[in-house]
Amino acid sequence: MEYIMQPWPWYVSGPLIALTMAILVLLGKRFGMSSNLRTICSIAGAGKASDFFRFDWKSQQWNLIVALGVGIGGFIAANYLTVDETVLIHGQSLKKLQELGFSSAGTSYMPLEFFSNEAFYDPGTIAILLIGGFLVGFGARYAGGCTSGHAISGLSNLQLPSLIAVLGFFAGGLFMIHFLFPLLFS
Amino acid sequence: MKGFIYLVVGIFFGIVLFKSEAASWFRIYEMFQFDAFHMYGIIGSAWFLGMLFTLWAKKEGRTSFFGDAISIASKERSFWRYALGGVFFGLGWALVGACPGPMYTLLGAGFLPILLVILGALLGTFVYGVIKEKLPH
Repeated sequence: MEYIMQPWPWYVSGPLIALTMAILVLLGKRFGMSSNLRTICSIAGAGKASDFFRFDWKSQQWNLIVALGVGIGGFIAANYLTVDETVLIHGQSLKKLQELGFSSAGTSYMPLEFFSNEAFYDPGTIAILLIGGFLVGFGARYAGGCTSGHAISGLSNLQLPSLIAVLGFFAGGLFMIHFLFPLLFS
Repeated sequence: MKGFIYLVVGIFFGIVLFKSEAASWFRIYEMFQFDAFHMYGIIGSAWFLGMLFTLWAKKEGRTSFFGDAISIASKERSFWRYALGGVFFGLGWALVGACPGPMYTLLGAGFLPILLVILGALLGTFVYGVIKEKLPH
């Protein structure tokens, strides 16, 4: 139990993610989390604006249930399976973040500069969270998948398109962290 | 009954995402700084074992728990949609530190501002659906 309460090492976590994918495939489904966003748009009536959202969303209900479970899992893990949720990242990253003004680095699970409830009162933070989310949603649908669909499922199936997408994820991520972060947060 | 199975799989995956710290913004930052092996170990080991499983599952005659044939679809061949879509996704992933799975985990864990990220992601999905014919694929 003591081990469960600590952060899980990569060699436990990675295999468990592979197991999640395997179970979904053996249930006759796929491992892909961003598809839910399209399904939610459809349920909300986006079919009026584009054919892209006119599909049988009821056939995707299973994936919404998975997403609901992922939320419940986050609640259980944070409240009952964790003593101290502080994420101890490498000292180099910690130093770089503190220089950028993220003083909560090394003291919490998420940067409180973005994810404490005060974020709702700060227009700059609201803009960052909305724009970041927009890029994730837009990019995932444009690329036809996200980390689960391309980096795990697609690369596992040795798909060249998924390799292109994952290289794109990294190109975008590296550009954001190394070029845009110093401009945004200095 | 099947719905309950999906719920349990989701709960399991949500716990793994939180406990592995793959849902932490800090871990994503650290990954893009190449300062630690943690995220590479997670994705790499998931990929390697996933590949072994996929090779097994694609063999003739493999069936699901319900007895249907397993089919693992190939991704449609193309370049631009994956390259450009990938870059947009990566920019957002690094900025808010959450991809679609962890978004739900973080909401459950009580980080309410993630609702703004989810709202943004829904808007991004919607805009893609509206302008997709005009984008290079």
